Amino acid sequence: MPGFDFSNYNRNAALHARGVPLPKATSTGTTIVGCIYDGGVVIAADTRATSGPIVADKNCEKLHYIAPNIWCAGAGTAADTEFTTALISSQLELHSLSTGRKPRVVTCMTMLKQHLFRYQGYVGAYLVVAGVDPTGTHLFTVHAHGSTDKLPYVTMGSGSLAAMSVFETQWRAQLTRDDAVKLCADAIEAGIWNDLGSGSNVDVAVITPEKTTLMRNYIRPNERTQKLGSYAFPKGTTAVLNEKIIRKEEIGKYVSVLELTEESDDKMEVDT
Amino acid sequence: MVGKDCVAIACDLRLGLQALTVSNNFPKIFQYGDNVFLGLTGLATDVSTVSDLFRYKVNMYRLREERNIAPRTFANLVSSSLYERRFGPYFVSPVVAGLDPKTGQPFICGFDSIGCIDFAKDFIVSGTATEQLFGMCESLWEPDLGPDALFETISQALLNAVDRDALSGWGAHVYIIEKDKVTKRLLKGRQD
Repeated sequence: MPGFDFSNYNRNAALHARGVPLPKATSTGTTIVGCIYDGGVVIAADTRATSGPIVADKNCEKLHYIAPNIWCAGAGTAADTEFTTALISSQLELHSLSTGRKPRVVTCMTMLKQHLFRYQGYVGAYLVVAGVDPTGTHLFTVHAHGSTDKLPYVTMGSGSLAAMSVFETQWRAQLTRDDAVKLCADAIEAGIWNDLGSGSNVDVAVITPEKTTLMRNYIRPNERTQKLGSYAFPKGTTAVLNEKIIRKEEIGKYVSVLELTEESDDKMEVDT
Repeated sequence: MVGKDCVAIACDLRLGLQALTVSNNFPKIFQYGDNVFLGLTGLATDVSTVSDLFRYKVNMYRLREERNIAPRTFANLVSSSLYERRFGPYFVSPVVAGLDPKTGQPFICGFDSIGCIDFAKDFIVSGTATEQLFGMCESLWEPDLGPDALFETISQALLNAVDRDALSGWGAHVYIIEKDKVTKRLLKGRQD
């Protein structure tokens, strides 16, 4: 792992001391859940990304690919969840290629926790790891400081309390696939409605020994209604001071091309 | 901002030191191919550094691959370059706009300062007037705008948003990117 470039760190600290505000990172401010059922595992997430109180993305993807049989739901700093899962996904692919075996969920979880523990919680990725491998069905949570849990149903993110209340009242042993998907979707919806950091749609992924089904926007309870009017401006509304059009066929005007012959003196010198 | 078979990208021209205006001709949009554009807001020194860094990286890409960079590839380059400095970031929030060289489909996306990509189907905003721009774009934008209508929409959204931001304004540049041509316009804006 190459590591990070800290060369701007001291400059930024000095800048911050002189009153330049630090840039806001996009946070997923999320509800994510996971639930094991008889025959597989389900994970689900909402699709809102926030930057402070502003909704930065109304339909982002928080279910990340790790391996064909392992998926991950991410909460916390959006860039960290994105890059941590991509990094571990890459390492796991190489690992499975060199061993010639399917990647295991515990391997993935251990790599994630060791990476996150090394960064002492500064890499702000809070993850729900789920998957099926030759040793069975697994569901874990991984916190940014490196701690992990192994439970039959889990929630994380700012909407975790709302989602957990649904699990604690409705979860039972021996769920069917449809029951588990419904339970997870309901838990996410609890987050969407009751947690301000979560919103928009529900994404669901179902992982079984045979295959993984990603259901992007499984429920869309917040569809934007059609605008009745139009604010389109008539041509010429905006005052223009200067206009320049560059067409592709005219680009030759800006470039001169010289054909070089074999005998020409200005041949490029080539090192031999 | 996305239109029908076209995209637009626009910026204001002010360079300021808090409330003191230093320059009124500081463009923040840079071109990295036939139809790949990058807009940068934030700390001016980083706007220059980052734009030059990507000029270098895109030139190296072009030499290595012997083809131009596609907007989606460029977006991933921006993202990984910014995340490399996760704990000492550049103070910029970039916006990428362009047309896919193969399909001609419009492509836009935005980033936070540490490289988290925000893929959008409609519009991306960034800078000190973010909140005003969100309001303007959310109400003015509609799907399938043609190049002329898209120009008017993006211009009015930008102009009216920066008029409610003390730190932005002093004229604007608007690029309308179509399959076979790029139109760059200088807008008349308030100079206060």
